[in-house]
Amino acid sequence: MLEYVKQMAENMSYNFPDQSGHYGQFGGIYVAETLIPALDELRLEYEKAMQDPDFLAEFHHELKHYVGRPSPLYHARRWSELLGGAQIYLKREDLNHTGAHKVNNTIGQALLARRMGKKRVIAETGAGQHGVASATVAARYGLECVVYMGSEDVARQAPNVFRMKLLGATVVPVSSGSKTLKDAMNEAMRDWVTNVDSTYYIIGTCAGPHPYPQLVRDFQSVIGEECKVQCAEQLGRQPDAVVACVGGGSNAIGIFYPYIDVPGVRLIGVEAGGDGVETGRHAAPLTTHARPGVLHGQRVNLMQDENGQIIDTHSISAGLDYPGVGPEHCYLNEIKRAEYVAANDDEALAAFHDLCRYEGIIPALESSHALAHACKMAPTMSRDQIIVVNLSGRGDKDIPTIARLDGIEL
Amino acid sequence: MSRIQNAFSRLKAEGRQALIPYITAGDPTPAATVGLMHALVQGGADIIELGVPFTDPSADGPVIQRAAERALAHGTSLRKVIAMVAEFRQTNVETPVVLMGYANPVEAMGYEAFAAAAQAAGIDGLLTVDLPPEEASERVAVLKRFGIAPIFLLAPTTPASRAQAVAKLADGYVYYVSLKGVTGAANLDVANVAAKLTELRQHIQLPIGVGFGIRDAESARAVAAVADAVVIGSRIVQEVENGETGLAERLTNFLSGVRAAMDTARA
Ligand SMILES: Cc1ncc(COP(=O)(O)O)c(C=O)c1O
Repeated sequence: MLEYVKQMAENMSYNFPDQSGHYGQFGGIYVAETLIPALDELRLEYEKAMQDPDFLAEFHHELKHYVGRPSPLYHARRWSELLGGAQIYLKREDLNHTGAHKVNNTIGQALLARRMGKKRVIAETGAGQHGVASATVAARYGLECVVYMGSEDVARQAPNVFRMKLLGATVVPVSSGSKTLKDAMNEAMRDWVTNVDSTYYIIGTCAGPHPYPQLVRDFQSVIGEECKVQCAEQLGRQPDAVVACVGGGSNAIGIFYPYIDVPGVRLIGVEAGGDGVETGRHAAPLTTHARPGVLHGQRVNLMQDENGQIIDTHSISAGLDYPGVGPEHCYLNEIKRAEYVAANDDEALAAFHDLCRYEGIIPALESSHALAHACKMAPTMSRDQIIVVNLSGRGDKDIPTIARLDGIEL
Repeated sequence: MSRIQNAFSRLKAEGRQALIPYITAGDPTPAATVGLMHALVQGGADIIELGVPFTDPSADGPVIQRAAERALAHGTSLRKVIAMVAEFRQTNVETPVVLMGYANPVEAMGYEAFAAAAQAAGIDGLLTVDLPPEEASERVAVLKRFGIAPIFLLAPTTPASRAQAVAKLADGYVYYVSLKGVTGAANLDVANVAAKLTELRQHIQLPIGVGFGIRDAESARAVAAVADAVVIGSRIVQEVENGETGLAERLTNFLSGVRAAMDTARA
């Protein structure tokens, strides 16, 4: 299974992070002293696990029998026809158990937690998908689970809050700061530093201190690996462009990573444009060339004011509402191997409705940002060109939000 | 000799330990900070740790989180904190001042610009919670060039090998975090602290201060019996939060009590 990650690392000219957990000037391990030994322990355990056939076999087994992988690569034929250009294919992470790509990562990390003898896991969540995926694997492996969630997100993602509770997790609303994902992450780090001996922190995206960005990428790379095989089998070639939404960037890096060394495949990350990047009310650090800074254990492009204070973000999708972005995306942006753009709230909403109406698929609002960009690209391309969109999750959790926008209380 | 070294050698000669109170700059208002610093000195502070507020204080408990929110609401920035110290220095040239906070405000200003401004203002040290030795060496070199002591944290989880790495970079003193947790936690175990300090002293020649969980004269005295310095943060910030009426006097009185207890610690 993760054989492929090893093989790729050996064969690729691109080989990051370096020994010290950096991706060029990005990444690193900017945390309080108390956590450093825990991160060292995690790194060593992860390296061992990656060499352990039993660990890899179990991960693979779980992805197949519990998650339902491989996820299909689906030709959105009617929508492509409507747009009148490139053919759009959807990598259906929405069909995974729990309804998003997040579970690929939580299974990997929960297996690590179990290996390390930790009986308690904690997680931060924005949209609630990572919280649900963490609560799910905690139930599956018999671990205690506490999920931190910004109080604003608790309000706008009510179905997922209840889902986590059903799964036996404790959901702790966080009402400090901007009351969203970054504040949930602060609170999770406070819990971790307090309970570091007993607790494993399952970070939900390819962000945070080393080795998290690396191990989340490796667990999520199953998306891109499958996609490569499916493209070869179904299309006889690789796509012209791969498009994915970027919050912290885990679904995007999962599908990008196996393509980094494949020439001719454009990699496009779509950030949350909120009200429009020109309004300042967005969550698009790469699109707006935000300066590098340090937050949550990593050096990354960061939305901040001139005094280094973090700026509040705005997005219709809770899962993209983060002022930073994982260090590997910052690096891919800097070396220009991947491109980063933004889609606004209303563009994402339009794409959301398109996919419902033309393909019978209700996408997550996060994924709708990637769809919105595909929608702009496709008409500029020819009919024999191919765009793969990572459909990172399904939209059931967003139905109350959409209904509210239409003036309907469910 | 630097102000920090002076303070510790004077105390050592007297057989006493340093008292290091923490307040967040700009809390409750930027105008109040310099006066509160003088009040702390009057109560017996040997060194002042002045917090630089940050939007995302992920190593702080609720009390210091709220202090940062109050300070930021009044527009407190790193540059303004530096200016506060310059003002403090107009009437106090002796008491060392260490800025304490998170990496990003310093990153945003740039280490070179920060260190130059800090030196000019009479700042003596910088403690950045989220800058471990792994990421620190180039930044520390800049600080030292401008005479700013890099203060590092050590924790109950720190193994001997890391203490050696810290010893190579650190200056002024090192700060031992007495417990696994955030600021304001209250589960201090002095016997544990004593054992760990004995271990750390095999690798660290600098004075070792102990903070987190020290709330009153009693716990300060217990810690002073084993450490070179006692750091008190949340308890003082709590006093600030309790209201501005008579605040300077309340801080002075609180510290005087702590000071008196500490001075009997090794009697
Ligand atoms: C469906 C879905 N897609 C994307 C994201 C954004 O995360 P990432 O950028 O790590 O893929 C989330 C986060 O909650 C999500 O739920």
